[in-house]
Amino acid sequence: MSILVDKKTKLVVQGITGSEGSFHTGQMVEYGTKVVAGVTPGKGGTKFEGIPIFNTVEEAVKIAKANTSVIFVPPAFAADAILEAAEAGIEVIICITEGIPANDMIKVYNVIKDKKIRLIGPNCPGVISPGFAKVGIMPGFIHKKGKIGVVSRSGTLTYEAVKQLTDLKIGQSTCVGIGGDPVIGSKFIDIIKLFNEDPGTEGIIMIGEIGGSAEEEAAEYIRENVKKPVVGFIAGRTAPPGRRMGHAGAIISGGKGTADEKMKAMKKAGIQVVNNPADIGETMLKALNKKK
Amino acid sequence: MKIHEYQAKEILRKYNVPTPKGYVAFTVKEALDAAKTLQGSVWVVKAQIHAGGRGKGGGVKVAKSMAEVESLSKQILGMNLVTHQTGPEGRVVKRLLIEQGINIGKELYVGITLDRASSQNVVMVSTEGGMEIEKVAAETPEKIIKEAIDPAVGMQQFQARKLAFALGLNGEQHKNAVKFLLALYKAYEASDASLAEINPLVVTREGEVLALDAKMNFDDNALFRHPEILSYRDLDEEDPLEIEASKFNLNYIKLDGNVGCMVNGAGLAMATMDIIKLAGGEPANFLDVGGGANKETVSNGFKIILSDPNVKAILINIFGGIVRCDRVAQGVIDAASEMEIKVPIVVRLEGTNAREAGVLLEQSSLHFEVARTFEDAAKLVTRVLKK
Repeated sequence: MSILVDKKTKLVVQGITGSEGSFHTGQMVEYGTKVVAGVTPGKGGTKFEGIPIFNTVEEAVKIAKANTSVIFVPPAFAADAILEAAEAGIEVIICITEGIPANDMIKVYNVIKDKKIRLIGPNCPGVISPGFAKVGIMPGFIHKKGKIGVVSRSGTLTYEAVKQLTDLKIGQSTCVGIGGDPVIGSKFIDIIKLFNEDPGTEGIIMIGEIGGSAEEEAAEYIRENVKKPVVGFIAGRTAPPGRRMGHAGAIISGGKGTADEKMKAMKKAGIQVVNNPADIGETMLKALNKKK
Repeated sequence: MKIHEYQAKEILRKYNVPTPKGYVAFTVKEALDAAKTLQGSVWVVKAQIHAGGRGKGGGVKVAKSMAEVESLSKQILGMNLVTHQTGPEGRVVKRLLIEQGINIGKELYVGITLDRASSQNVVMVSTEGGMEIEKVAAETPEKIIKEAIDPAVGMQQFQARKLAFALGLNGEQHKNAVKFLLALYKAYEASDASLAEINPLVVTREGEVLALDAKMNFDDNALFRHPEILSYRDLDEEDPLEIEASKFNLNYIKLDGNVGCMVNGAGLAMATMDIIKLAGGEPANFLDVGGGANKETVSNGFKIILSDPNVKAILINIFGGIVRCDRVAQGVIDAASEMEIKVPIVVRLEGTNAREAGVLLEQSSLHFEVARTFEDAAKLVTRVLKK
């Protein structure tokens, strides 16, 4: 079992003919993801490596029966692309694009928040359910099918954690990169709820970073609701306040959003917080052994 | 992106947010000309640097004659201004704002920023103007009144009225405050600001509502649609190495430590800084070469790290996904062969083509300590620092 994407995923790639979109479509198909359509306005009726291209997401849903979208369009047009997918009835929208203005995302978020839509990202690596489907830009080969859910604000740091798990022969149910921006579609708490309800997930790894308070909110939920073992790490203990550490959302402002504050809240919630990011895999292994 | 107070006030005026009259001055002569144009008998000489706490640091003074405008401008221009935000090294003042003096009645606070928890912009006011708002929030949170703005319709009249009443204003002052708040929100949203802070917001003895100080930060992701704001960039306020890095689209932040690091991805870069600290070092920088790192970006990043004289060791940590490790390795080897390297280098390349990369590094004539895991990398850093 897994969350968000699986064997039933029928993917439409928005921005399939761009350089990022075309490269990663190839990678996703190679992994075994069912890519049923692409959308590039003006190129409807043509094909990309056998995949039909449509002018609108609406057509991709009606004709190719797409139920999940991944977005690679440039930042100035990405908010529009998300809203188009939402309007067309797509329920899982995964936006990879980095650099979308915050004001655009505020509008998008407030349009979709009360609808039955799960937006992942933007500025994220995507979602992979190893062995079933890869929707995003992560390297498929480091993953292994299994029972640990991974949720993270970062891309390569998630790969690092996944690699540690795979090296210890611990597989993953689903790995979700929620993105490094201040305004994102799904927060830690949303994904952790899904993992908690998923019978195929037996443990959760949560990788946060400085900025905002999403980790604290998730910790509160975990304390009250989650019985599965949770291992956590927060990146940016050494980051100086007031500086944006690469991700638009990774900034300590007004003394808020520090790593220490987050780690404290997570420990209080019973999460096994590691100080050293090299210990994520081992700590999960121990937690799983203890449970047995 | 940050800008100066006088630039923020230029933007505010465009959106009809009332501010005191004032002009920027780069020289004492320009300061005197500005004071003459402003007329009146009281002027304020304000140092323009990208940091708060300027008043306490001695960078804001009141002049009551032309002679004082001259002496104060001489004193502040070129001074090394130290505030709680500049760090002990301070910042050299190169620009002044010469403003008309104001009859201050009340000092209030208004700030607009993104509330990440609700994903909405929030307008906050407080009667505790002139104080550090973080301090007010920590000690007397009930003195900060907030209104969340629905992005579909923007700030409403009733919200501005509520906030103005919460500030204890009545009659003409209340009307002026409502106008001020609505105009400020418009300026914030239309310019894609990430922060608009007016501290203090002043009610004059005549009942006018004015932005006595103004701080605006902008969303870097939205600058592509605001060339006029991009033109406000002041390179004197940035670190020279950071300016150099920005030319190559590298995400580099200079820090004070002794271990330089080069990483792909912001999260892994922060985690690498953390592991350097655990290994007994201090990170000398944050450097994310990005998801699309190639030979050139790696080589440029490497050169920038090496030009920091404090760096005693370098850790390169690349997790190749889409990025191919062998290409990264070639970039490191190329850059290293072009420069004289006196510090030990620890390289850890994992993921796509990591094996090929290891072979390239071993076959090169240069000396690298090669780490296989993240843990190994930290241990090697500890070891080379002890040597």
